[in-house]
Amino acid sequence: MSHHGFGPDLVEVFGPSQSDGGPELVQLLTPEGERTHHPEFDRDFSAEELRGFYRDMVLTRRIDVEATALQRHGELGIWAQLLGQEAAQIGAGRALRPQDHVFPTYREHGVAWCRGVDPLKLLGLFRGVDHGSWDPAEHNFGLYTIVIGAQALHATGYAMGMQRDGVVGTGDPDRDAAVVAHFGDGASSQGDVNEAFIFAASYNAPVVFFCQNNQWAISEPIERQSRIPLYQRALGFGFPGVRVDGNDVLATYAVTQAALQRAREGQGPTFVEAYTYRMGAHTTTDDPTRYRLSDDVERWKLRDPISRVEVYLRRNGLVDDAWIEELKGEADELGARLREGCKAMPDPQPLDMFAHVYAEETDELRAQREGYAAYLETFEEAGR
Amino acid sequence: MSETITQDRITLAKGLNMGLRRAMEDDPKVLVMGEDVGKLGGVFRITDGLQKDFGEDRVIDSPLAESGIVGTAVGLALRGYRPVVEIQFDGFVYPAYDQIVCQVAKMHYRSRGRSKMPMVIRIPFGGGIGAVEHHSESPEAQFAHTPGLKVVACSNPVDGYWMIQQAIACDDPVVFLEPKRQYHADKAQLDTSATPDPLFSSRVVRRGEHATLLAYGPTVKTALAAAEAASGEGRSLEVIDLRTLSPLDMAPVLESVRRTGRAIVTHEAHVNLGMGAELAARITEECFYSLEAPVLRVGGFDTPYPASRIEEEFLPDLDRVLDAVDRSLDF
Repeated sequence: MSHHGFGPDLVEVFGPSQSDGGPELVQLLTPEGERTHHPEFDRDFSAEELRGFYRDMVLTRRIDVEATALQRHGELGIWAQLLGQEAAQIGAGRALRPQDHVFPTYREHGVAWCRGVDPLKLLGLFRGVDHGSWDPAEHNFGLYTIVIGAQALHATGYAMGMQRDGVVGTGDPDRDAAVVAHFGDGASSQGDVNEAFIFAASYNAPVVFFCQNNQWAISEPIERQSRIPLYQRALGFGFPGVRVDGNDVLATYAVTQAALQRAREGQGPTFVEAYTYRMGAHTTTDDPTRYRLSDDVERWKLRDPISRVEVYLRRNGLVDDAWIEELKGEADELGARLREGCKAMPDPQPLDMFAHVYAEETDELRAQREGYAAYLETFEEAGR
Repeated sequence: MSETITQDRITLAKGLNMGLRRAMEDDPKVLVMGEDVGKLGGVFRITDGLQKDFGEDRVIDSPLAESGIVGTAVGLALRGYRPVVEIQFDGFVYPAYDQIVCQVAKMHYRSRGRSKMPMVIRIPFGGGIGAVEHHSESPEAQFAHTPGLKVVACSNPVDGYWMIQQAIACDDPVVFLEPKRQYHADKAQLDTSATPDPLFSSRVVRRGEHATLLAYGPTVKTALAAAEAASGEGRSLEVIDLRTLSPLDMAPVLESVRRTGRAIVTHEAHVNLGMGAELAARITEECFYSLEAPVLRVGGFDTPYPASRIEEEFLPDLDRVLDAVDRSLDF
């Protein structure tokens, strides 16, 4: 039905709100662990790849569980949990090549894992000893960005740099590169994210906009951010959008890999909406019981990203109990290392706050630092 | 690249244009981006001819989104480029404020020095051109208040030529303020074979004995005119072009005030919490016993920028500066 010349009814075009992701959802592994197929994004996975995904997700969840516990014990000031989003992050992270570059939010612990960032370094930010201590250039993984959506522009600019460096569309798989910008459903409302879409489309930049729609921006549901499925927005900006089951690591991998390849080949940006659910709180300071129903959480538990892979692996004889036990042992070791390492992290020294404000320190800042050092020394002298 | 030495008389617009051109010749990583900077050469023509000679990959006409311009420049800088972004008018910088203050300013710090931000953010600033609202602002204090940024203001064609090159060569992000009403005004002789003063240095531009006038950007001309007028009344005023606002170069300022005992700061920005307040505090801290009068400030009033028909009432002019000189000398 037409709205008096304003085009068709939105519900007719986009369909009613679909709490299960709707018919467009790309899925290769059902919540029950059944392998399905897709006309565009299907591919074969080796046993080793499947076990690798499973291992990554189990260990990532362990990092999250340990960090949450460390916050409860007062060892971290805060922690942004990724519980439930393991498949989205491992699928996206494993689709990367070494030369690709990632711009994360503050929740991309699984992608960080795939990029070889020591999870202990993630804890430093949340413990309050630094603002992120990994080297972005070493891992091709940027520092966590706290201001929502700002990094989407950085990703686009970085991709524009790749174009100028001649590492897009050469046909050399070891050379061609692309960027992934991570953000969430809440960030999709930010001006910076929308400006990033505009710039990326305008310059045909090799960037994949990877949106984990976990249904919640702290207390605000996706309906507060968008009247239409997020992936549909991409069309209006002039590039393709795909909605993938973000709890299906195989589908997320396949879709992200295809989007990255498209970008590397010089075909421009893609929007990937990984449809998932934030099983935990926004952060450890949040209380989701104030704004959402436990029924919803229970329903999403049935779509757990890890258990469906375990069912598939066991049913097809790709793992046995011994392998699972060994992985549990590895997770326990990782957990112990994180607990001990976190508690052993030294606090920064007071004068460290003055370091690296500028590449070339100013005289006035040097004077402030020296003045404060002299002031601190008066206490040491008094204490003698 | 071979370099032609010129000794022409040029405008500020030409000086900036020549400086940008030379920086782009010297370093292929230097990019220019902004609204209308390409074919049009910028609304003030500062980037005139650059896209024709350096191509669309290096002189980038951007979509009309200031946060997008600065935010993508962050990504380009992280990739190893040295973006020079043009904010079309001072009043349009605010959509990019978050990117400048939260991202550009802090990247080096939060990355422990691993990620440099060698970016120049050029802002035509100040009033006096009869423009509609949001085209005559002086936002310098907001950026000088932000650790991680460096802020400079050029006042004349020769400084424009050198300072833009120095800012581009700087590994820290520089907010580069250009007095727009001077763009096409006075000419000066540029000797491209000269050795420029360091970027973050202030300069005595007129010697004097009775009081020190501190100015930057558009008010340097005002201060010089005031000093000239005062000399007819037997008053000898020293004028300092601050040039750098963050960091401040206090040494020549303090040396001067210790001699004259009097300081008057003038800027177009609102007086309340403006650069003058910081200068007054530092002068008071450092040469309290040399002062014969309180440090006075002559600036824009604490109102939004008024309609252009009365902007000359808002802007500090020769008479208001001389009035402050009278009050200082009579104190």
